[in-house]
Amino acid sequence: MSGGPAFARNPGEASRSSADARLSVEQVSYAYSANPSQAPLFTLEATSFQAKPGEVVAILGPNASGKSTLLKLIAGALAPLSGRILLNGFVTHSLTPRTRAQRIAVVQQESLLLFPSRVWEFVLQGRHAHGRSLRFESDDDIIIAKNALAQVGAADLSDRSMDQISGGEKQRVILARALAQQPLLLLLDEPTLHLDIAAQVDLLHTLRRLAAENRYTVVVVTHELNLAAEYTDQVVLMQRGRCLRVGPPSSIYQRELLEQVFQTPLTVELGPSGRPRVTVLSER
Amino acid sequence: MRPLTLRRLFLQCFILVVILFVVVVIALKFGAVPVSLYALGRDLLRVLFGHSSQISSDYGLIVWNIRLPRILLAILVGASLSVAGTSFQALLRNPLADPYVLGVSSGAALGAILALIAEPYLALSPALSALLTPLGAFLGAAATIAAVYILGRREGQIDSATLLLGGVITASFLSAIITFLMSTVTSGNTRGMAFWLMGNLSTSFQKSVYWFLGIGFFVAAGAIYTTATDLNLLLAGEKEAMHLGVDVPRVRLVVYIAASFLTGLAVSVSGAVGYVGLIVPHVMRLMFGSDHRTLLPTAALGGAIAVVFADTLARTIVAPTELAVGAVTAIVGAPLFIYLLRRRLA
Repeated sequence: MSGGPAFARNPGEASRSSADARLSVEQVSYAYSANPSQAPLFTLEATSFQAKPGEVVAILGPNASGKSTLLKLIAGALAPLSGRILLNGFVTHSLTPRTRAQRIAVVQQESLLLFPSRVWEFVLQGRHAHGRSLRFESDDDIIIAKNALAQVGAADLSDRSMDQISGGEKQRVILARALAQQPLLLLLDEPTLHLDIAAQVDLLHTLRRLAAENRYTVVVVTHELNLAAEYTDQVVLMQRGRCLRVGPPSSIYQRELLEQVFQTPLTVELGPSGRPRVTVLSER
Repeated sequence: MRPLTLRRLFLQCFILVVILFVVVVIALKFGAVPVSLYALGRDLLRVLFGHSSQISSDYGLIVWNIRLPRILLAILVGASLSVAGTSFQALLRNPLADPYVLGVSSGAALGAILALIAEPYLALSPALSALLTPLGAFLGAAATIAAVYILGRREGQIDSATLLLGGVITASFLSAIITFLMSTVTSGNTRGMAFWLMGNLSTSFQKSVYWFLGIGFFVAAGAIYTTATDLNLLLAGEKEAMHLGVDVPRVRLVVYIAASFLTGLAVSVSGAVGYVGLIVPHVMRLMFGSDHRTLLPTAALGGAIAVVFADTLARTIVAPTELAVGAVTAIVGAPLFIYLLRRRLA
């Protein structure tokens, strides 16, 4: 179970196959300890996967499996202990914050606002990395922000205040801000949290469409097994800081594997779309 | 969508410059010796055309040599405190941050007093020793904000209530040390306890001090202004700002040093004038929005207006004696602070 073929690549193979990949995670490991002299509290063992433009990748796993850590490493917010993460051939951690923000957009779990702004002002924040430090938004910035709002179907929210829109609307606006960054790589950390089912489906559907339209590479951390199966091209399955498998949903969604990872009895069947579907069984 | 343009920014600043001008004229007119507007206008033109020798001597002395320098001082102190308050609010992500409430002004006052006490022992040239007080105030302010920042953290995150409480306690502790020093140390020209604890603008300085204050203000406020758009994003949180392209450690360092410097400048010449850095940015946010590209310059002008106005009140309401300007700002500012705090908790 631990030796799935998809991640057991040797380094030579990894660099060969990364030629057409936009994002290349190569044998990345990480250790977190509160005190350098103590044993690490959390480790992420060597993880590798590649993603092409237009691909949607889901990182799945139970709590504390290292999903968010992996996402932070990809975002360049953390430096890997070993290995490297390349985006179009550049090491993400070594980029300056500004260059990184021009290439990678991160949608976080929640976005706090001290002074509530208008939706359009919020989306324009995504243009920050594309201008000089002191400047006024250009007409291009405004068009890009408008398009970003339109792409997530939130054009009508433009003049509303950020504290007067629903959770689902807010999540779409936050996504629009990420789109305004015009990134190559879009990272989302549990974007469906706090959303109702319709809004969850809507968000994943939007991501799928955006990845196809704009050729983004999308990496999303989620707990929604069925949404991931339905809308993603690749799944990275994590457990206790280890990357167990990487592959298309059809190869990852096996009953024994998922039962062992998520510690709960479940069944896997083929849904009407031809993608796997998980049903969690309530009896223990 | 109506994004900020340079034109709108200038318009907003122009309105405030006009208000500042009116307040300055009022401040020149009122005082223990009344002056007519006509005489003021006539003399202003004389000064502008280089005929200042035509101004009658005793009257010119009051208006141009006593009131005007004091107004200039009020403008610089108000603008400095207000920009410092705006910066601390963004830096600490706390809309109730203010140099006075956080104890930074007390730290600056203590630094200035220590510099004044040390001055006679450090055989420095007059020019250097004049800079010693603002330097001491700056170091005092910088050390205090660092201490309050550490006190205000809980589990690695800044906690709003803990931060304010830490600031209030720090302020009271530092005030006690100031009281102790002022009662025990007699050497040097330390200007009296009330000056440092309450703040007033009655001290007059050499011309070079005004130049130093003015240039210092523009350099520090300019440095903060270069991070205006970064501060907008920093309000959403440091992680989020980083993902949007803000070099968070650099911005934090620039704003931290410049805002401490501004507080030090203001305190070294006026003592601890409170609440200006809290109330003025709030009013400006209500009027012009919370974009720091507008907020910083409008807060500077608003701070100048507020302190000139407050000092005019302080000079006139109990004439011929006068109040400390810090008493006026605290009488107005403290209730407003309570109101804002209650509204935030609600």
